[in-house]
Amino acid sequence: MKKVVANADEAISGIQDGMTLMLGGFGLCGIPENSIAALVKKGTKRLTCISNNAGVDDFGIGLMLQQKQVKKMISSYVGENAEFERQLLSGELEVELIPQGTLAERCRAAGAGIPAFFTPAGFGTEVAEGKETREFNGKMYLLEHAFDSDYAIVKAWKGDTEGNLIFKGTARNFNPMMAMAGKITIAEVEELVQPGELDANEIHVPGIFVNHIFKGVNYEKRIEQRTVRVGS
Amino acid sequence: MLDKNGIAKRIARELKDGYYVNLGIGVPTLVANYIPEGMHVTLQSENGLLGMGPFPYEHEVDADLINAGKQTVTTLPGSSFFDSATSFGMIRSGRVDLTVLGAMEINDRGDIANWKIPGKMVKGMGGAMDLVASAQNIIVAMMHTNKAGESKLLKECTLPITGLGCVKKVVTDLCVMDITERGFELRELAPGVSVEDVKKATDGRLVIEGEIRQMEL
Repeated sequence: MKKVVANADEAISGIQDGMTLMLGGFGLCGIPENSIAALVKKGTKRLTCISNNAGVDDFGIGLMLQQKQVKKMISSYVGENAEFERQLLSGELEVELIPQGTLAERCRAAGAGIPAFFTPAGFGTEVAEGKETREFNGKMYLLEHAFDSDYAIVKAWKGDTEGNLIFKGTARNFNPMMAMAGKITIAEVEELVQPGELDANEIHVPGIFVNHIFKGVNYEKRIEQRTVRVGS
Repeated sequence: MLDKNGIAKRIARELKDGYYVNLGIGVPTLVANYIPEGMHVTLQSENGLLGMGPFPYEHEVDADLINAGKQTVTTLPGSSFFDSATSFGMIRSGRVDLTVLGAMEINDRGDIANWKIPGKMVKGMGGAMDLVASAQNIIVAMMHTNKAGESKLLKECTLPITGLGCVKKVVTDLCVMDITERGFELRELAPGVSVEDVKKATDGRLVIEGEIRQMEL
């Protein structure tokens, strides 16, 4: 089956109202910009979005929040977004906050065929409410479940037409585990090359996990906290 | 009394050669500025970077290279990148030797609250719950009292908890304390601070015994 699609519109064409999506990225670093823009244009509604953060007011998932396309966010950190806070406090938006390592592992478990796992993160806190706990070697752990997501949308640096992916710098973050975890995985890449052009030793996500791939355009790669030192 | 940089400077004295260290957002980040000359310390940033370097010069800024505070950073010779699951694997399996975190409140049993103020602030816990649940060596960097002058070192935390019984040491603008089963054990006083000042500013069980040193910075 041909994995390469023309653009983001074609890649997301199967995404329907009410679906659950995973979106890669940490802050605005390594987010699938093209696919988010296409979802905003399409206007898909009542989405559950699993993503470490919720973007900022006018970029990333923040754009979908502005259009009220998101019913529920599952994230570890959602600061820096006034519209998000407004929707949350007014009850328009459901939010489930979970520890970042648990978020990553729930993605990894989904992609690894593991239904649940025990982690110490959140024991004794609100996060533990209603969850099974167990002691191992004198320490308490919580049972956490793998995510169940209709789509995963990730952003990679380079990809080939077989769906193999390579990430750059800290833009890797949640993208590899999410790529493994989606029932259908969409990858947008900065450079799309022919098989053999990527070194097989350097591939981060093997193509078996990727269903649709396309070359993204006009990456803005916005920086949230531009910090520099003086000199050269 | 110490300012934020003074707190960071004192915490830097806890570093040891060869340590892998995770520094939280805010005052903890400043600790990186006081790593002793010649000491090899590797900074872990939980968004997927081991061996975090200083902020970039203008021409080095790379949107694909940030720290967990979303600030642009650089790499160093020997740095590595990895995904978030691997990052928290390092943390949960106890590879990180020292974790420095800020806190809104701690109590005299080492519980910490630093992620939520009900009805006011809902930002989320980020990686803090994973870090405090697994790190063996956690130092809290914080001001001793809040803006209203109320103690942040309590008998019981009033805010939602991030983790139970995890804080072993706290460095504030006033002093250094170890947290043991007896409570906050005063070890060192900041310049110009008296035992009385610490007593007044501490709400939880306070143990004042043995030699109380003047802080060396």
